[in-house]
Amino acid sequence: MPASSAPPATPILPRAYRRLRRMRWPAVVPFFAFLAVCFGIPAGTLAYQAFMVVDPATGESSPGFDNVGTALSGAYATGLLGSVRLSLLTAVLATVLGAVIAQAVVNSRRSALRKAIVSASGVFANFSGAPLAFAFIATLGTTGTVTRLLDLSRTGFSLYTFTGLVLAYLYFMVPLMVVTILPALDGIRTQWREAAASCGATRGQFWRHVGLPVLTPSLLGGAVLMFGTAFASHATAAVMTGSSVPLITIQIANALSGNVLVGQENLALAMSLNMVVIALLVIAVQIPLQRRSNRWLA
Amino acid sequence: MAGLKTAAPPAPAAGAERPAPPARPRTARRRRGVGSLFVLFLAAAYFLVPVAASLWFTVDDAGKGISFDAYAKGLTDDGLATSLLTSVLLGLATVALGLLLMVPTLVVVVLRLPRLRRLVEVLCMVPLIVPPIALVAGVSTVLSWEQELASTPFYRTFQLLQNKDFPLVLVLIYTVMSLPFLYRSLDAGLRAVDLRTLVEASRSLGASRTATIYRVVVPNLRSSVVSGAVLSLAMVLGEYTVATVLGFEPFAVWMVHVGEYEAQLSVAAAMLSLLLTWGLLLLLTNIAGGRARNRRTTA
Repeated sequence: MPASSAPPATPILPRAYRRLRRMRWPAVVPFFAFLAVCFGIPAGTLAYQAFMVVDPATGESSPGFDNVGTALSGAYATGLLGSVRLSLLTAVLATVLGAVIAQAVVNSRRSALRKAIVSASGVFANFSGAPLAFAFIATLGTTGTVTRLLDLSRTGFSLYTFTGLVLAYLYFMVPLMVVTILPALDGIRTQWREAAASCGATRGQFWRHVGLPVLTPSLLGGAVLMFGTAFASHATAAVMTGSSVPLITIQIANALSGNVLVGQENLALAMSLNMVVIALLVIAVQIPLQRRSNRWLA
Repeated sequence: MAGLKTAAPPAPAAGAERPAPPARPRTARRRRGVGSLFVLFLAAAYFLVPVAASLWFTVDDAGKGISFDAYAKGLTDDGLATSLLTSVLLGLATVALGLLLMVPTLVVVVLRLPRLRRLVEVLCMVPLIVPPIALVAGVSTVLSWEQELASTPFYRTFQLLQNKDFPLVLVLIYTVMSLPFLYRSLDAGLRAVDLRTLVEASRSLGASRTATIYRVVVPNLRSSVVSGAVLSLAMVLGEYTVATVLGFEPFAVWMVHVGEYEAQLSVAAAMLSLLLTWGLLLLLTNIAGGRARNRRTTA
């Protein structure tokens, strides 16, 4: 481990101190260098090339807003809206369901049950992408076990739709919400309930006037996390529905692989830039909230 | 932002010392317990049905009853072994690189450069804002410069990065993607102990710098290193987006390719991946839990 020079226990000479000062930098330089090369160059390229328009006739590129314009119109606007809609819906559902399940875990007061649920949530929160898509295809797909068992095809249900995606996304988002919100729910002190109860409050009143206001920042923070997770998801939808549900992530992947038209790399970059902007806007909501939540639940 | 989903490690110890439940009328307590159990039962159904249905899908042979053909095929399929090995190696390389970058940086930042703490935190969280698909869009553009660099020494680097047998470029991207959760678990570990005081104590008791690192710093960070490593490993094993856009075939991509003609085999592979995740996280809780127990008995 380079240059983890321990701090001097006693005051030392200025010159030796300067030597020590220099020695601590080698440990952090690789980190910054790595980020600059492996994150900075791709991200910089993304931001720069999104504004470069390639002339199809000459192959020359010049600065312009054509890609960004195209990425915000027509089928691509539908895809972006579809992604935002799917992420919003799943984020709200996952936040509510996750909080209800987590509260049920807190209420049950059985430590073995709690342990089992926490570790199961950890597993299912990580079970996303292609494997999740296959599990759902095997369950609710055209020849899926449950589809055949309950004869779902007669009811007009299809997994390869917006609804199907919501069902699949919730499968990893709800457990993620459970593990995220559990610490906050544990922070609701029993004394607060007792105090409310001895003032004559019902359970509903307790939650409306004490519980939810204290939890609001954590719940919103969780919702932002859920939105970001759903918004960035690509594999689950790509494997399950292909291009039948318009989503921005799938359109980017298609444009990159030249499935639609050759030479759309810069359009893919412009779409990616739009995603980054939306993610930034959503995350910006969370930062001031986090501070408030920490004050109460610390 | 997909990395976020692993950002919250299971908190086994939380709530261990919850105060006793308040006295309430018996019927109300019972009703509440029933409601909670009902919610948990519904949740269990939603989460277990797809697993059970998938397992049944892999062994159900239309008209012939149960058959384990899919598993037999999987065992003899070269693609499975190769792609899984690639994924595991990519995962281990990612973990190694991530830890090599993060552990010294964070330790030095805590001990010597506290001014940089905020900057390092922000930098580690930035990959969350750029979704994997956007990151790989940037990377594939950079990689497309390969032809223009044909006459420079960079050309060899580019070829090395995209070596089909062991795509180093994936290791680099996965390391970027795993920075947020490596940072979170290491930061939690560093906050839990007062490393600066411990190091000062160790130094003033006469321990050398190396002894301090190996006997004070490393043992205190072990469980957070393990949890960060396991979460990155789980992420890499299931990663599909980046690998497929860049045209490589680790485990998840193989699973999708094979699904085009062998549906049962790919579902069996999906279950294998669930089992792997489960095993990895079980390992994590055991190691972390074991550490906590040790500390309690020696304290």
